[in-house]
Amino acid sequence: MPRTDPIGESRLIQWVLIGISLTFLAFIVFLPLTLVFVEALRKGFGVYLAALKDAETWAALRLTLTVAAISVPLNALFGICAAWSVTKHNFAGKNLLLSLIDLPFSVSPVISGLIYVLLFGAQGWFGPWLRSHHVEIIFAVPGIVLATTFVTFPFVARELIPLMQAQGTEEEEASLSLGASGLHTFWHVTLPNIKWALLYGVLLCNARAMGEFGAVSVVSGHVRGLTNTLPLQIEILYNEYNFTAAFAVATLLASLALVTLVLKTILEWRYADQLAASHKH
Amino acid sequence: MSLAQFLPRLKQPSVIPGFGLTLGFTLLALGLIVIFPLIALVLKASSVGAAGFLQAATNPRVLGALRLSFGAAAIAALVDAVFGVLIAWVLVRYNFPGRKLIDAAIDLPFALPTAVAGIALATLYAPNGWIGALAAKAGFKIAFTPFGIVLALIFIGLPFVVRSVEPVLAEAQRDVEEAAALLGANRWRTVRQIVLPAIYPALLTGTALAFARAVGEYGSVIFIAGNIPLVSEIAPLLIVIKLEEFDYVGATVIATLMLTISLLILLGVNKLQSRLEMRYAKD
Repeated sequence: MPRTDPIGESRLIQWVLIGISLTFLAFIVFLPLTLVFVEALRKGFGVYLAALKDAETWAALRLTLTVAAISVPLNALFGICAAWSVTKHNFAGKNLLLSLIDLPFSVSPVISGLIYVLLFGAQGWFGPWLRSHHVEIIFAVPGIVLATTFVTFPFVARELIPLMQAQGTEEEEASLSLGASGLHTFWHVTLPNIKWALLYGVLLCNARAMGEFGAVSVVSGHVRGLTNTLPLQIEILYNEYNFTAAFAVATLLASLALVTLVLKTILEWRYADQLAASHKH
Repeated sequence: MSLAQFLPRLKQPSVIPGFGLTLGFTLLALGLIVIFPLIALVLKASSVGAAGFLQAATNPRVLGALRLSFGAAAIAALVDAVFGVLIAWVLVRYNFPGRKLIDAAIDLPFALPTAVAGIALATLYAPNGWIGALAAKAGFKIAFTPFGIVLALIFIGLPFVVRSVEPVLAEAQRDVEEAAALLGANRWRTVRQIVLPAIYPALLTGTALAFARAVGEYGSVIFIAGNIPLVSEIAPLLIVIKLEEFDYVGATVIATLMLTISLLILLGVNKLQSRLEMRYAKD
């Protein structure tokens, strides 16, 4: 059988393989996503809006935004510091430090919450001391912030480190030798070089921070209107068989995920050369 | 003055400032948020003594949950490996309408909060759901069985495999494939003996990442699992249950076991991977 491309497959095989892939993706990814919006609007737009206007949902939204507003900048600052120390300097133990930064990715979200309960819970190491000083961490907002920060800890650092490694130190050295201060050099030389990768890391970090469920679930205590984040609010509504409201709240987070994907894709297409090597398609 | 001057061998000299400050903050944050709490976990687990640990660890419900979590994660990672390579292949090698959109959507399991994925999958595959109803007619029950757990874990792990394999497939040397074809190998043999061996290290990385994520996964699983002890109760859920019963020791023992087994498996995968890469380099 003659074939024009010696290393390609026949059109038929191509379409069969594409068909299998798309069917698989439909069952695993596209149908679940569609279902979220269909279920939310099943009883009409009025019911959908009413579910979103609920006071507890608003409180959950406020808490989710508050937690992300603390965790994400903290992890961005950590990522910049970690990347600066690791890529612009050479020191012993660097590889160990890199592995430790990635460690939270191999820890179950539930365990990420558990470790803080063991430290700050009523029966934890610091429990009695915190209690006598009237400081609440577990079943309160600080615990949720801690657990979220743990889970999202490596996101910014692992975007910046490969990129800054590849960029080397020559530009910084040139700037310093011309008399610029360290901070001036970072601000005017390093930051412009890494800004898109930083934004990329912050974007992924933020998506995970707002959507985290397991870790937050363990430390939150599920106090309605006080320590419920949006994902926890979804769980409560769903377990009360209030499916329309659960899916209505879920559309907020699903939309966040879609916006994140769109921005991420735009960054990958437009600034591929300024992101880490791993994102160059 | 700085630590670097006292320990000249530990750090190479550099004109770039800020080393002490940035490394100091890095170590402080890492220590306070990650290392110290994890050490506290291990200390708490060891405080019960070997006998107490063994007793908590060999409880049938605990063993059942661990077996289910690691078993379901392994099956899901294998399914992800097969379909992940297929999808990466289709996305890199073929052109079809909507290809870029599909490629962008691969990351949805990363971006979609697990609770949203969990209730969506449970509703879709429940006996009265869109797909669950079809399956029920055929006599299959998907949601609220271990099969549902595997399904949720397939969802959560898929992007790891696709994103690991895609760049390697894109950079694969087409001329070697051409040479194989010219020497008379049919297409399937070329794919099996030339293309697949080149992607094995990346495939192993992606599959290991999918497995590691699946072992600890909680949010997307608990809604579809059914959560029956010894049948469909995953280890992370058992930790949550133990915590709610104020059985801190029980929760800590399961967590320590999960962490230890996961790290050992990842270590083994790393070893296997460097061996694979060496063999591939030799060829």
